[in-house]
Amino acid sequence: MLEVNDLHVTVEGNEILKGLSLTINAGEVHAIMGPNGSGKSTLSAVIAGKEEYEVTQGTVTYEGRDVLEMDIEERARAGLLLGFQYPVEIPGVKNIYLLKAALNAQREAQGLGEIPAPEFMKLIKEKIASMQMDASFLQRAVNEGFSGGEKKRNEILQMLVLQPKLAMLDEIDSGLDIDAMRVVASGVNSLRNEERAILLVTHYQRLLDYVVPDYVHVLIDGRIVKSGDAELARELEANGYEGIEESAA
Amino acid sequence: MATEEMEQLVRREYKEGFVTDIESDTLPPGLDENTIAFISNKKGEPEWMLEWRLEAYRQWLKMKEPSWAHLNYPPIDYQEISYFSAPKRPEDRPQSLDEVDPKLLETYEKLGIPLHERAALAGVAGANVAVDAVFDSESVITTFKEELAEAGVIFCSISEAIQEYPELVKQYLGTVVPQNDNYFAALNSAVFTDGSFVFVPEGVSCPMELSTYFRINAENTGQFERTLIVCESGADVSYLEGCTAPQRDENQLHAAVVELVALDDAYIKYSTVQNWYPGDEDGVGGIYNFVTKRGDCRGERSRISWTQVETGSAITWKYPSCMLRGKDSIGEFYSVAVTNGRQQADTGTKMVHIGEGTRSTIISKGISAGRSNQSYRGLVKIGPRAKGARNFTECDSLLIGDTCGAHTYPYQEINNSTATVEHEATTSKIGEDQLFYCQSRGITEEDAVSMIVNGFCKDVFQELPMEFAVEAEALLNVTLEGAVG
Repeated sequence: MLEVNDLHVTVEGNEILKGLSLTINAGEVHAIMGPNGSGKSTLSAVIAGKEEYEVTQGTVTYEGRDVLEMDIEERARAGLLLGFQYPVEIPGVKNIYLLKAALNAQREAQGLGEIPAPEFMKLIKEKIASMQMDASFLQRAVNEGFSGGEKKRNEILQMLVLQPKLAMLDEIDSGLDIDAMRVVASGVNSLRNEERAILLVTHYQRLLDYVVPDYVHVLIDGRIVKSGDAELARELEANGYEGIEESAA
Repeated sequence: MATEEMEQLVRREYKEGFVTDIESDTLPPGLDENTIAFISNKKGEPEWMLEWRLEAYRQWLKMKEPSWAHLNYPPIDYQEISYFSAPKRPEDRPQSLDEVDPKLLETYEKLGIPLHERAALAGVAGANVAVDAVFDSESVITTFKEELAEAGVIFCSISEAIQEYPELVKQYLGTVVPQNDNYFAALNSAVFTDGSFVFVPEGVSCPMELSTYFRINAENTGQFERTLIVCESGADVSYLEGCTAPQRDENQLHAAVVELVALDDAYIKYSTVQNWYPGDEDGVGGIYNFVTKRGDCRGERSRISWTQVETGSAITWKYPSCMLRGKDSIGEFYSVAVTNGRQQADTGTKMVHIGEGTRSTIISKGISAGRSNQSYRGLVKIGPRAKGARNFTECDSLLIGDTCGAHTYPYQEINNSTATVEHEATTSKIGEDQLFYCQSRGITEEDAVSMIVNGFCKDVFQELPMEFAVEAEALLNVTLEGAVG
């Protein structure tokens, strides 16, 4: 589904990714772990199309298409969706309005018409209940005055509504208390299926107790230095990134 | 100079100089007492009106054009402007939409204005909304007059009012904005050519929205309309004005005066959707908009509410204000101003609390894009007798791109220690982050900008009459087309 090959990325003259390669197939859950500043968030942001990032070398292919040539919204409409570490606030724009606009944009790309209002309301009600969110969330402005946990739930809610093919979740676990973590994790788990792939970017192993990945990659200084299964995450928890760096060196 | 002599002089010159021009119905550029006499004569005005105009003109001559605003424009040559232009005969006005400038129709279409309203706006006869359309200097249609008359409401052009209801006009004209109030108001008082007059008698709630549409059409023409709205005790009215102008390379001057009078328990809601031609991307052409709008809450518990959506004009100089005289009276100002290209706007409000228990609310949203510059200038003044007065001001600026500017000049003069005055201000850039967030949800950049901007303006849009809120949103999108990327 997604093929990242020898990716080099620079931000304001600093090289952040220094030759990263990664293959993700449908049905798989990958976790990228690494210390602060290793380039974890850069990877998902580049795939989503954030503009400050300059790709100097390498390729990103998604379902046979050159991702780097696609517009940001085109990527999203094709099923590549990024859940943000720090979702922005958009004052005055209702959450439900954003959800509907996003869903209709996606439907347009699929050649479907706008979703009928009753169908949309039914869908939203179901999804919002599964995220244990109150319906009043829908009428509030996007992320405005949301707590950290509410913002993260909201990101997952969008995933549940938009049903991406590849969901990229950037530190979706940061700033969550244990209850919120469970809700978020169960949302992520409900996304898992044969056709969908998930890329988790995380600093801690904690999330991976709830969402058990098929593959774990350790990213240090812009490169994947080690890959393994869920066991690798536990190893990291015990020995820290330094231990990995030494063994990889 | 004695009045009599003056009149003689005026008549003499008039006879000699303007005969051919009466035929053409457009005055050549230039301003002197003859010009004013010509206008007054053309309108068939009574003596007192001409006197009033000349008095204003003489004061204007002694005044200086204000320079305190954060605006930059070449000096205006007031002798280069034509002060009167009227469609010659009714037959020369557009008879159907086919005869209306297609560019104008395109704009209406973009705005989503219903067809029958487009006809009314374009000055086509027979349209069925209560509209007074002012084309250049002349009021061309006032519809629904009879239905309104049944309710006792007078809605007509100011010229007609001067002839038909001289006592009412005399009683109120210039009592809110005196002739010598400021440079542009004085000029307007001297040369105003048309505008609307609304009178809602005691206890009457106006049965429909009233609307005036202003359009500057002829070249080198200034538009100086004068609007006067009076609500007697317990009366209320909602009034909307819309403005457009065709695209022209030269700058055109628009200097209007609007006066509102609210007596006890009266409520006037005045909404403006202003879309004068803003000039092109390089700042060539566009309307210079110098407007004095003031409401007088004369009666107890009276309320005046200004709502404006300003997207046009090359230069905007405009501060709709409220004089809160009556005990417990209320003033409100809700504004969205959008500037793009090379537009400059210096706009805001004045809330002058005179009476006890008076309250005011100011919500101003400024959006700047392109290489435009925008200033909010607001005065909240609490007089010594305004016991327990309250003001709340919220003033937010949104920048799109990094070549535009936003400035805020809040002034407060508080002379009563029991007053409460609150001021909140923010300036934010339309976040790359916000755009990226929306786009990464599959929403196009253009839709994302529109969504973010409309969200930003929501507090003001919800104050507009419903059908105009939709128009305002559409207008905003048209104005900001291509503002990003």
